[in-house]
Amino acid sequence: MSGGWETVVGLEVHAELRTVTKLFCGCRNEFGAEPNTLVCPVCLGLPGSLPVLNRMAVELAMRVGLALHCEVRPSVFHRKNYFYPDMPKDYQISQYDEPINVGGWLELPDGHRVGIVRAHLEEDTGKITHVGGGGRIHEAAHSLVDYNRAGVPLLEIVSEPDLRSGEQARAYVAELRAILVATGASDGKMEEGSLRVDANVSVRPEGASEYGTRCEIKNLNSLRSLGRAIDHEAARQIELLEAGERIRMETRHWNEAAGHTVSGRTKEQSEDYRYFPEPDLVPVAPDDDWLAAVSASLPVLPAERRDRLAEAAGVAAGDVAVLVEMGLDDLVLGAIGAGADPRVAVNRAANEVAANLEAAAKLTVGAFAELVRMEAAGELTATQAKQVLAAMLESGGKPADIARARGFEALAADALTPVVEQVVADNPDAFERFKAGDPKIQGFLVGQVMKATKGNADGGRVVAELRRLAGLG
Amino acid sequence: MSSGQEGASSPAAGLAAAVREGRASAVEVLERHLGAIAERDPEIHAFNLVMVDEARRRAETVDGAVARGEDPGRLAGVPVALKDNLCTRGVPTSCSSKILASWRPPYDATVVERITAAGAVVVGKTNLDEFAMGSSTENSAFGPTRNPHDPARVPGGSSGGSAAAVAAGFAPLALGSDTGGSIRQPAALCGVVGVKPTYGLVSRYGLVAFASSLDQIGPFAHTVRDAALLFEVIAGHDPMDSTSLDGPAPSVLDAIPMGVEGMRVGLVSELLAGVEPAAAAAVEAAAEALTGMGAKVETTSVPATVYGLSAYYLIAPAEASSNLARYDGVRYGLRVEGEDVAAMFGATRQAGFGAEVKRRIMLGTYALSAGYYDAYYGQAQRVRTLIIRDFEEAYRSFDALLAPTTPGPAFPLGAKTQDPLSMYMSDVCTIPSNLAGHPAMSIPWGSSDGLPLGVQVMAPALGEAVMFRVAAALEGEAPPAPVPAGGRR
Amino acid sequence: MAERISAADVAHVAHLARLKVSEEEIALFAAQLGAVLEHAADVAALDTAGVPPTAHPLPVRNVLRADEERPSLDRQTVLDQAPRAEDDRFRVPRILGEAP
Ligand SMILES: [Mg+2]
Ligand SMILES: [Zn+2]
Repeated sequence: MSGGWETVVGLEVHAELRTVTKLFCGCRNEFGAEPNTLVCPVCLGLPGSLPVLNRMAVELAMRVGLALHCEVRPSVFHRKNYFYPDMPKDYQISQYDEPINVGGWLELPDGHRVGIVRAHLEEDTGKITHVGGGGRIHEAAHSLVDYNRAGVPLLEIVSEPDLRSGEQARAYVAELRAILVATGASDGKMEEGSLRVDANVSVRPEGASEYGTRCEIKNLNSLRSLGRAIDHEAARQIELLEAGERIRMETRHWNEAAGHTVSGRTKEQSEDYRYFPEPDLVPVAPDDDWLAAVSASLPVLPAERRDRLAEAAGVAAGDVAVLVEMGLDDLVLGAIGAGADPRVAVNRAANEVAANLEAAAKLTVGAFAELVRMEAAGELTATQAKQVLAAMLESGGKPADIARARGFEALAADALTPVVEQVVADNPDAFERFKAGDPKIQGFLVGQVMKATKGNADGGRVVAELRRLAGLG
Repeated sequence: MSSGQEGASSPAAGLAAAVREGRASAVEVLERHLGAIAERDPEIHAFNLVMVDEARRRAETVDGAVARGEDPGRLAGVPVALKDNLCTRGVPTSCSSKILASWRPPYDATVVERITAAGAVVVGKTNLDEFAMGSSTENSAFGPTRNPHDPARVPGGSSGGSAAAVAAGFAPLALGSDTGGSIRQPAALCGVVGVKPTYGLVSRYGLVAFASSLDQIGPFAHTVRDAALLFEVIAGHDPMDSTSLDGPAPSVLDAIPMGVEGMRVGLVSELLAGVEPAAAAAVEAAAEALTGMGAKVETTSVPATVYGLSAYYLIAPAEASSNLARYDGVRYGLRVEGEDVAAMFGATRQAGFGAEVKRRIMLGTYALSAGYYDAYYGQAQRVRTLIIRDFEEAYRSFDALLAPTTPGPAFPLGAKTQDPLSMYMSDVCTIPSNLAGHPAMSIPWGSSDGLPLGVQVMAPALGEAVMFRVAAALEGEAPPAPVPAGGRR
Repeated sequence: MAERISAADVAHVAHLARLKVSEEEIALFAAQLGAVLEHAADVAALDTAGVPPTAHPLPVRNVLRADEERPSLDRQTVLDQAPRAEDDRFRVPRILGEAP
């Protein structure tokens, strides 16, 4: 970060759990329904109604907890008391000092570990629409409340302040989202609000061990906003501190259009939530059998998938993160297992297959492996292989058939040599620079050969031929 | 389930038997009770709402079933009065509060479903202390209920309307709720039987919450048998209430004839201390009667019960302060408009709640607030543990415990309204069972200046069978009780 | 009797509870709440070291329901109970503070 300062970030992520029904009642948990159609006495907080806990919500929380290496513990729900019109009971049922998951960690693709303080269950609130004043809260004439979202199960995942930049925070949320999706806990859609991120940001002199005063940034509804907001907020704080001012503890809102955070509520006096154990619910204490069953049902998680693929492909885990994120690791692993060249397999998957992800599902491991084999063996040039693969994704079929139909046959070595010699003869200056080791000219020469062969030459072999002619071995 | 024992000496059981066998019609039975209500309820004010039309339709349905040869159930055609904090679909449920005066719930409480399924005819909604907070039914937004034995006196509370309705003959059965004695205390003051079941035996779904960890719904009746019958109908697991106990509810009617011979009964010394001489004398006479029937009665100590009142008046208001937060003028009930939401909240709640409710919300908010939680709410919950432990210790030596229900008979209207603490003392004998979650019941025993008194039988959790045996035995030996105008019908 | 709760405390608590109490009520509540807290002093003073709190009278755990849909309420029935509704939603006056 900028000279002498360290940014410190901790994130609170609220993930809506993908259950069929809400946390404490049988109303459907669904985004986008007509207002106030998914409500019942319980989620409307009608007098006399009582909550009953959704088993699946607990199970999804346990899955995420296990995936984050947390200790899954007996838990107790508390009431968090505060008045707000989006809360039907004017208290939120949430796990307070005995949450279901405590003390885990998440590993980023680059190997950096981020501590997890807790991941607890709580209920969501309703949704407020502000009428008049351009829909902004303070200028609005009045507001309207829809309680469809009230009572939707949330998992609040709180990280340690282990993140050091906007970029790292983005990586953390991306990884967390991958875990939430992989475990089936959430659909992770930030745009629809099913994943909501608040960032606690502070700065301190490099090497300092104490934390600075933090600000909480809300309204971060994309990964891009998250990264930008954190970097801007850190810069704002550094500027203040360098000007000799102090940071006020407050909530700030990210304005994506303006590219800065604006002050919200000061937190000088902390809220008094009057937490106490929810008398309408009893403690949840998963027994060993339940835990074991949930643990056994966990899929292979992104970090392990990256490691597995990286090892098979002989590259760093960070290099295959995107493939795992896109779910192409099984395809590549399958092809490598079938004898395909790992480097070529990774390249083709990361480029052509990634470009047409919807079609990737119909690509068989066998056909993909065969394509990779043909390219690696020089039967297809890189350019040809890309075209064949695109056709396979578009309309299916075997790579050999497609290549034949298109008349693709890589130039044999004896046919390539005269073409390269002709290009060298036509471009003596360029070839001199190549011989002298100018790295920028190689592309030009290869391009000339490709032009002459209409792209039917293998790039690697063209370079090898050029080096041979230049006496570079 | 017993049915043959639901004998004619018990008014409700007798009515149900007559209706089931076609000897009486539910409509006739209802009209008789509606007549009594029309005659005397203007004076007593037991009801917030008499459901004349709904009740007539319902009674006709019951008679129709009998005519078709179907069995309408164990409460066939029996009029039942409901405390007005039990939700009734489409029928106003006010909790005797201005804040809910216009509210019509979109659903029935589980107990309402159960009694209806058993053939009962809900006759109306009875008055209570607002949100069940009080011991005299004077804290009602709609005016007090009067004691049928002496209209210048309170019926007790908070279920005063239900107790008075049964005592005055408006309905042979009623349901109330008991958080710190709100069934047993008015039962004693009105000379009827009142039962607080084990916490978790009767579903709270549809009972408007006062203090969730203490509230329990229970029956009022003229006799122990009738109370047992209604208890059996309403008790049992309900998946809509997480605190509802699994497994079958105790069968009590079958247990009643077993008597008390050889039973060990403890007289709780702490609960006898400080009550009026007539109340103490009643309990002692009851103890003698039990001894006479072959029980072994001894005085015993349950030391931590002396802290019950203090602990209760921290725990109950704390839970209430949270339970009553939802009355904010947004979704239902009263709204007083304001400049902004916060102003609307404040004005609505200020106008909608009565003084006692506000007092308890304030007390509870304070007991939970930062810096005071440990000293008040947290401490009260630890005291609760001590009370449970002391009861457990007592139940190692005794099958049931005996105590006064109240410190004395019904007091005049207005006598305690200016001094909340003296009003709170009315519940000193009943509160310990709520804190422990144990069953307890009051049966009429003795009198003081022509006013009824009650004795209280307590039992360990799920000990209803033993409790009803003791109560029925005592009932059989009770001295002649004062009878109010109207009386049983 | 020592003052257990001051008028300022009462005003703060009334704010937390969203009760727009009058000045007279503040004075009255201060006295009445003080009396109850005075009575509760015996409990507050009790030595309960090592005694766990009881939140539920009976030790029950793991009460869970299956993740199965149940019918929701009819919207009109729900909105008919609302003091004010607009556009199928509950209408409230403008909101000055944000949610905590
Ligand atoms: Mg939260
Ligand atoms: Zn619902």
